[in-house]
This record gives sequence, C-alpha cells and structure tokens, in this order.
Amino acid sequence: MGRYVARRLLLTIPVLLGASFLIFAMVYALPGNPIRALAGDRPVSPAVVEVLTERFHLNDPLWVQYWEYLKNLFSGDLGTDFRGRPVIDTIERTLPVTIKLTAVAIVFEAIIGIIAGVLAGIRRNSFFDNLVLVSTTVIVSIPILVLAFIAQLALGLKLGWFPIAGTREGLYSYILPGLVLASGSLAYVARLTRTSIAENMRADYVRTARAKGLPNRTVIVRHTLRNSLIPVVTFIGADIGSLLGGAIVTETVFNLPGIGREVFDSVRSQEGAVVVGIVTLMVFFFIFFNLVVDVLYAVLDPRIRYD
Amino acid sequence: MKSSKRSSSLVATAIAAALLMTACGGSDEGGEGGGATGGTFSAYIGEPENPIVPGNTTESEGSKVITALWTGLVTFSEEGEVEYNGVAESITSDDNQNWTVTLKDGWTFHDGTPVDAQSFVDAWNYTADPQNAQDGASYLGRIAGYQELQDGAATELSGLQVQDETTFTVELSAPFALFPAVVGYQTFYPLPDAFFEDPEAFGTAPIGNGPFKADGEFTPGQGMKLTRFDEYAGDDKAKADGMEFIVYADQATAYTDAQDGNVDIVDVIPPDVIESAESEFGDNFIRTEVSQITYLGFPTYDARFADPRVRQAISMAIDREAIGTAIFSGTRTPADAFVAPVVDGYREGACEFCAFDPEAANALLDEAGFDRSQPVDLWFNAGVGHDAWLEAVGNQLRQNLDVDFQLRGDLDFAQYLPLGEEKGFTGPFRYGWSFDYPAAESYLTPLFSTVSQPPAGSNFSFYSNPEVERLIAQGDQASSEEEAVEAYQQAEDLIAADMPMAPLFFTEIQTVHTDKVDNVRIDLFQHPIWSEVTVNN
Repeated sequence: MGRYVARRLLLTIPVLLGASFLIFAMVYALPGNPIRALAGDRPVSPAVVEVLTERFHLNDPLWVQYWEYLKNLFSGDLGTDFRGRPVIDTIERTLPVTIKLTAVAIVFEAIIGIIAGVLAGIRRNSFFDNLVLVSTTVIVSIPILVLAFIAQLALGLKLGWFPIAGTREGLYSYILPGLVLASGSLAYVARLTRTSIAENMRADYVRTARAKGLPNRTVIVRHTLRNSLIPVVTFIGADIGSLLGGAIVTETVFNLPGIGREVFDSVRSQEGAVVVGIVTLMVFFFIFFNLVVDVLYAVLDPRIRYD
Repeated sequence: MKSSKRSSSLVATAIAAALLMTACGGSDEGGEGGGATGGTFSAYIGEPENPIVPGNTTESEGSKVITALWTGLVTFSEEGEVEYNGVAESITSDDNQNWTVTLKDGWTFHDGTPVDAQSFVDAWNYTADPQNAQDGASYLGRIAGYQELQDGAATELSGLQVQDETTFTVELSAPFALFPAVVGYQTFYPLPDAFFEDPEAFGTAPIGNGPFKADGEFTPGQGMKLTRFDEYAGDDKAKADGMEFIVYADQATAYTDAQDGNVDIVDVIPPDVIESAESEFGDNFIRTEVSQITYLGFPTYDARFADPRVRQAISMAIDREAIGTAIFSGTRTPADAFVAPVVDGYREGACEFCAFDPEAANALLDEAGFDRSQPVDLWFNAGVGHDAWLEAVGNQLRQNLDVDFQLRGDLDFAQYLPLGEEKGFTGPFRYGWSFDYPAAESYLTPLFSTVSQPPAGSNFSFYSNPEVERLIAQGDQASSEEEAVEAYQQAEDLIAADMPMAPLFFTEIQTVHTDKVDNVRIDLFQHPIWSEVTVNN
C-alpha cells in the first residue's frame, strides 16, 4: 500500500508540470494586451505599458516565460499579479473560503444524497422512492445559475432564512451556497445509491445474510450499504475536485471571495500568474482526492489489494 | 476616463429570468435586525483594479474608496465650478502657463504628518515617472518636463518647484486656463512620506487626508472599513462615525443584498432592475445625470466612412429616444451635443445631425454615393451588455437606411482597444467617455484632437482638423472663462459638421439606499459624497 501511494504521488509531478504548461500556454495564447485592460477606456501611457510589459516578461516567447515561471516556482515563488500582489497571498486568502464551501457542499451531498438513496433503494416503487426520482430529475435539469438566484431570492430575501451574500455570518453563510453547489451532485449521489442498493439487495450474499437470521438493520447497514457505497465514494471523491473548480458561479452569485471567483476575474483580466497558480492547484486537488478514493476502495472492499 | 467596463457580468440574462420566476415584488422588511452599529453605514464597490493609490487608479471602483480617503486641492460645486474647499488656498497665474499653488495651513494626513507642498510635488513626480508604472501618469502630461521624463531624459518633472512649506509652482508646457479644475482629479491628490517608504504596503493600508481614514487593511474580494478622521481640516467633515466598503463580484447580488438591508448604498444598480427598484425603494431611489457620453465612433481612416456625409447620415438614422427607452429603461437620454449637459459650455442641440431624421439621412447617403449593398460592421467590446443596444442601432440602420449590419462584439476590452489603435475597426464602434474635470475641453482634446490619436490618447476615429486644433488651443489660452467656452463651442461646431463620432446617449445612473441612511448624493464624477451621508438611528 505504501509503495502504491508513493508511486501515485510521484506520478503527480509530471502531470502537474504538464497541466501548468498547458494552462500557461492557453493564457499566453489569449489575444490582446492585459496591461491595456487595467485602466478602462482611458489609454495607459505608452511608457507605462512598456515598463509593465518588461516587468512581467510579456514580450518574451512562451518558453522563456514558462521557464521564468518554473524557476520562481521551485524557489517557492508563484509570481505576482499586475497589481503587484503575490499570487500565494491571493491563494491563501481565497482558498479557505472555497474549502469551507466545498466541505459544506460535500457534507450535504453525502448525507442527504446517501440517506435519500438508501431509503429509496430499500423500498423500491414506494412513495418516497418516486419522490426522490422526481425531485432529483427536477434539480438536475435546472442550471445551477438559475437555482442559485432562485434560492437567493426565495430563501434569502423573501423568507429571510439565510444571508443573501457574503461571509458575514460565519459558517452559516455557507449553508445556502453549499446547498446550491451540492444540488446537482446530491441528486446524482441519491440516484447512484438507490440503484446500487436496489441491485445489491438481490445479491446472493444478502440472501445468505438474511438466511443466517441477521436483523434487517444489520443486513442493510453492514452488508448492503458497505458494498453499495463503492461507486458512491468514487463519485464523491472525484466530485470534490470538480466542486472546487465549479464554484465559480456559486461564489459569484453569493459573493463569496473564494478561488472560483478569483480565477474567473483573473481569466477576464488575463492575470496569467494567478490563473496558472490556481488552476494548477485545482489539478493537484483533483489528483489528490482521486488517490484518496483509490485508497478508500481497499478499506471498503477487502478484496481490492494494491501490492 | 473610465467606461462602464464592469457592468453586470456573466449572469446578466439569468438575473432577469430568476427575477421573473420569483416575481420580485415589494420588499417586506426595511432595515436589518442585528447589525446596527450606531453611526456607520456600508456601501457597494466592485473589485478595484489597482492598489488603493490615487495616481494609479483611473477606474470607477477604486476611485470610490479614494474619494472617501482623500481630499484634493480643489473641490467642485454641483454645477462643476471650482471651489477652494480643498487643500489649496488659491491657484493663480498671470499667463495661464506658470501657476502658483498656495496651500492652507493645518491640513494633516491620517498619520499626523502635514500636507505640505512637498507632499504634492513628490506625489506628482512619482505618478508621472514611467518606471513606477502608474495608470494615471498621462493626466500629468500638461506639466513641463513630462515628455523628458517619459523618454528617460529626466528623473522628475522640471515644471514643479517647491517654494516653501505651503507654496509650489507649476510650469505647464503650454498655456492652459483650466488648470485649477484639472488638479481636482484624484491623480493630483497628495501622498504622505509613508507611501514612498513602502508603496506596496500603502496600497492595502492607504493613508490619505480625507474625511475618512482606513481602519485596517483593504482585503481584496472583501472590502475595507473606514472611520471618521477627527482631525480633518476641511469643512466637509464626515457626518457618520464610520463606513464600510463591501466588494461584490456582481452588481445584481449587491442590489439583492440592499433589498434586504445588508448593504446601505448601491451607487449603480443593474439596468434590468431599474423599473422595479423605483417602486420598491421610493424616495431611496435616486437618479443622477453624470458626465459619461456613449458615442458611436467612425473609422475616418476607412474609405467607406471617410465622407462626413456618410457619418452624418448614420447619426441621423438612429432613433436615440427609442433605444434609450426600450433598451436602457430610460437610463440613457438622447445626446444632442458632444459634451455632457453637466459641463459649462453645453448647448442644447449643438449636434445638428444628432436629431432623428431618416429622410435627410437617406438623401445624404445617396449624395455621398454610399454602397448600401454591403453590411456595416458594428464594433463593441464583449461581455458587458453592449450587445442589445448595438443590435438596436443595427436594426435602425437596416430599417431607416436599408443597410444591413453585422455585429462585431467578440473582443474583450484587452483586445478591443489595441485593435482600435491599429486602425482595425472596419465600421462604427462603441466608445464611452467621462470627463476628468468638469469642462468641455475634457471631451474635446482627448477624443478629437490630433495629439490624442492612439496610442497617446483616445481619438480612436483618428480625426484630425487643424482648425479644431487651433480653436481648442485658443480656448486653453483664453484669459477668461467666457472666452474659453466660446472657443470650445466653435470647435464643437466644426466637430459636429465633421462627425468623427456620433454622440448617442447621455448617461443617468440609478442609486438606491436603505432607510438606514440619508443625504445620499452623487457628485459629478459619479461617486457618492461619502462625508455627507447621515445614519438614522
């Protein structure tokens, strides 16, 4: 197991390098001059443009710029944005917000999704089962952007249950955006669990367990659920990565100063250093959580071995 | 200066959808329950593009913070007249070229250091030096020695001389009668010694001389808290104990938050909520006419648009009133001059070819032999909601002139302006302009004079008329204000005949505030006057 994890971690290095280069090249390929966007309709004086272009190596060829970036990266310097702020500070400031949001979303996704899925799965075709099927269909079919505005206006403004925007009320501010962010995946988790449970309920080992005279509860929780969770855990694990990256809309609508909003702003203003830094970090998260999922497999299913 | 570059963003259309779905009616509750903190209020800003340094900020969001933290040499009355309510006692000159600035005693920065002649001269030198890469550098272009500094032949502006603690002199490279108005702009604000010791730290913990001082650092993406500066030497002391700027990624969110009373002042609300906002906020809904003009520029370098008659015809074929009502819900009024009504020298109907007259337009177009079979390209920058009104302009050209159109709106701002600089516009293009100081000259020189052709300035039409040049210079050197205004008006008449850019709309902005605050007024630069805001408690 240890060797397996080490090998996987080593593999992330070329992946990260490749990913950062691709992102770098894409930002580089964006047409236009980011310096010009700094001051609105008023042109920046040519001398100023020249100084800034020089300072940020904007005229150098792609390879030179990437090499400069890498050199700095290895000495722990992620570069600065055009306002002179170190990218590392930006990440330090925005990442906790996104982590909290993602954590809240994952908790909702896992708890509500799995419970709804289990209940629907063990009582196929019951009222609850149908309710889960219909409601998840509705949620999945509404774009997250629309869902975010409806939740904000209905639950935030009209009913006043949740704050509308910002992080002023601490963790409570994250409940509504977390729910919105989780909604799509939540529906998916519920359906996945339902199918998986329903399938396993008919499996031989469940029949055996029942024949042994085990109580229904033990059969479902210890035997069926544990087996059924394997695809669900895979999905949730992979989802952490995409939630971290997919929070752009949610963070913008709910005005959470997180990484998604930052990366969106940075792409628009062609802040190359920020985009590369943050997206590479996202790639790393994605790889890391996939690794965690693979390790968890072995825990959930003793038949899976890595050595 | 700065256009509405950051209006509603990716979510604009969906807001409308979501609003419809939840039938956004009257608000139920007024103010919020918990957060009342005595005499403080909060205000919306978008993310500033630059650190909070006056000389480096030419966009609207950072400017709002800077006007709370700083007071300049002069202030302006509601009519745009220069008033000596700022740091300057007087700004005088015998020849409009050599100016003497005398400062009042007793002004200090928030850190206790005095605001003296040196703090202005140092600040201006720093801003103008290209090595410091300040966005506002070009505002100092009239001061003698600016060009040498840009070329690297000098290290500071030769035109600035400190005489004593409270006096400095400014030599301009050419006479300019409006100099006292120019220095009211934020690029000319003073900087304390603390700035020069560590400009970077200063950008997040700014120290100004204005009615409010920073209480803690500016946190990107979140905002900043300010408290009243009790030692403030000016007459416009802050009425509130403190205020907070809250950064919102999206105007629409800020507006929704204001409906619930979580943010007290939203100075510019998104266009799609204007109608409901008026009924919902009642007296707390304010309309203000501002200096911004929306133009449709013509590439005079393109053979197709080289004939002034073509440009006049297109201008006359656009029913500004209809577009203003249908698309902007009345936030844009038809423009009938090249300068905004808020400046001295504005004349109603100064632009004779701005009146809607399709028949005359068609006649002119025939006279000029314009090829109607080819579509006209309409250029604008992407992603900030220009699509709808340019499409309306196109439809009017099709309807009134029988000329087809093609929308060219897929370039972001960062690519749009450079294309204009390279004479890349193949048809009429959108351009917005607000003045830097309340004067007609602040439209004429930057947009229509030869020296302002890109990359130096914003004359994206590449218009050039020696007579206009001469009249502007005559106005700049006039000995009295009336004389100056007259010369500028003559220049405007020539521009109106040549029509390098068609003025389309004057701008009105809509502000809402909660019941918690009163006395919310927007100044000519589109900033709420923070010091005047009172808190009800």
